[in-house]
Amino acid sequence: MPDDDQTTIEVRALTAGYAGRVILSDISFRVRRGEVFMILGGSGCGKSTLLKNMIGLYPAISGEVLIGGADIVGAAGPARQKILRRFGVMYQSGALFGSMTLEQNVCLPLEEWTRLPASARSLLARLKLQQVGLGEFADYLPSEISGGMQKRAAVARAMALDPGILFLDEPSAGLDPITSAELDALIRSLSRNLGITFVIATHELASIYAIGDRAIVLDRGAIVAEGSPSELREHPTNDYVRAFFRREPERARAA
Amino acid sequence: MPDKNPASPGVLRVREEGGSTVVELRGRLDDETVARCWREAVDAERAAAGGVVVDCSGVDFCGGAGFALLMAIEEAAKERGRAMRLEGLAPRFRALYDAIDRAKLEKPDVPHRGQGNWIADIGYSTAVRAGEWREETEFVGEVTAGLVALGRHPRRLRFREWWMIVEKTGTSALGIVALISFLTGMIIAFQAAVPMGQFGIDIFVVNLVGLAMVRELGPIMTAIILAGRSGSAFAAEIGTMKVNEEVAALTTMGLDPVRFLAVPRVLAGIAVTPVLTVYSMVMGVAGGVVVMMMRGFPLIALTNQLAGAVAPQDIFAGFIKSFFLGAAVAGVGCMRGLQTGAGATAVGDSTTRAVVAGILLVVIIDAVFAVVYYQLKF
Repeated sequence: MPDDDQTTIEVRALTAGYAGRVILSDISFRVRRGEVFMILGGSGCGKSTLLKNMIGLYPAISGEVLIGGADIVGAAGPARQKILRRFGVMYQSGALFGSMTLEQNVCLPLEEWTRLPASARSLLARLKLQQVGLGEFADYLPSEISGGMQKRAAVARAMALDPGILFLDEPSAGLDPITSAELDALIRSLSRNLGITFVIATHELASIYAIGDRAIVLDRGAIVAEGSPSELREHPTNDYVRAFFRREPERARAA
Repeated sequence: MPDKNPASPGVLRVREEGGSTVVELRGRLDDETVARCWREAVDAERAAAGGVVVDCSGVDFCGGAGFALLMAIEEAAKERGRAMRLEGLAPRFRALYDAIDRAKLEKPDVPHRGQGNWIADIGYSTAVRAGEWREETEFVGEVTAGLVALGRHPRRLRFREWWMIVEKTGTSALGIVALISFLTGMIIAFQAAVPMGQFGIDIFVVNLVGLAMVRELGPIMTAIILAGRSGSAFAAEIGTMKVNEEVAALTTMGLDPVRFLAVPRVLAGIAVTPVLTVYSMVMGVAGGVVVMMMRGFPLIALTNQLAGAVAPQDIFAGFIKSFFLGAAVAGVGCMRGLQTGAGATAVGDSTTRAVVAGILLVVIIDAVFAVVYYQLKF
């Protein structure tokens, strides 16, 4: 465990990419327990790659990702399963299983990982769905509800096992401002009431100001700034950060 | 905090106090500890003579499973017409517990979909089936119209894409068609040679293999392989495009999905199947000939026998049939693809339906041709 007891995730000198191409180089940062941490940057800057490396979906080229003190990069077998149970993930599209109702979607991890009786699982799944505001829709199929509802249902599924950390990939992508604000409010309330740590990859400025405690800004595969969203906005460390927060078109920059 | 390791295993204690049952919960209420004490806790409530008090003053973490347990005890108490009293739950958990909307947790009496009455079900399935019939008829018409239009303006065919489809459905299938046809020819020859040899007519095995492969098995085997390889691929490909709204994108760009997606594939099926069929006939007959040579017949005797048995019109009969088989198998694959609903399961369903319908059509078309040829004495 790192020296600071408040750290729940630590990324150390992470270099990652696919097929021999390096997309992220030498990334290091820490996420504190209970905060809403945001990974910011434009399209194609490596946000999703970083997130997918943090959840162990892709193997890193080098470096470490410590989740609760355990390195997910080299972990395998039961050790890896143990780390995976510490967090939940909401994918950009929601990734709900189309053949199952929302309740069955949320029940799936419970069936696999707990020994709760069926009635308890069903009740728990309904509770989780209610926490995200979908109590009445437990018997619906994902195709029968809207995109915003699917994302909320995906959050409920990610929370099924009461993980301490939730990773969200572009939660507001494709949502209208009202639905997006509702999702932000949900994230805030889960963070306050349940003490869940959030790691969110996004480029939605409204969400960043509304819920972000701390953020890093990625540009061309490296961290270019770190701090609270308001700090970053008021005191941008370079032109890219300034352009990002002021929604300005980026001027031609030296390659 | 959710991150910490579970602390105490013994979470449940039940005691009687002043005429009511006290269910005392302690430590961490997570899925692991709750799973262990669920039945006991709910049973304690059911067995209680008087009221029930749930004492949570010793609880230091209450996860989703903990709330589910509290709800279950509350429900059980309500069924008995009593109220559960919850004591000592830390304020931050208490707030979450109080926020639970009991009314919305209950399963609805009428499911929002599914079981209606059986008359409605029959009506519904009939309407669905009739709609499909209509769609299928329209599809056949649209593809035919598309093919005719293409015949008039051949340049409208996107040749590079069409050629890719031809390569995938045709060239890549050569190996499997050769193997299956050759083995089929061999198997028929082996099976027939023994009983026919008992009557000293084993030279006629060549007639049998020749006619069977050329008139029936060559076209049928090829079409069935095509249904399994390419009909399924067409359905999955177009089905995924439908799910990803690519088909919708085509429509909004003013491009007819049938002309754009189905017509080139059907045309590829029509172009490729006859060639593969002839190839299959040759390989099947070769399989039979190899077996007969192994039984000691000279090649020249076999070829002479074959030339006498299989007339050019037999080859022609199989060849003509293969155009229709190819069009049907490719068409039904595309049609099932375009009928795909929403989600990953729907793509799987379309693929299955494409292969099943493809094979069924092959048999039906073959039967129709058998009758027609018989009437024409062809």
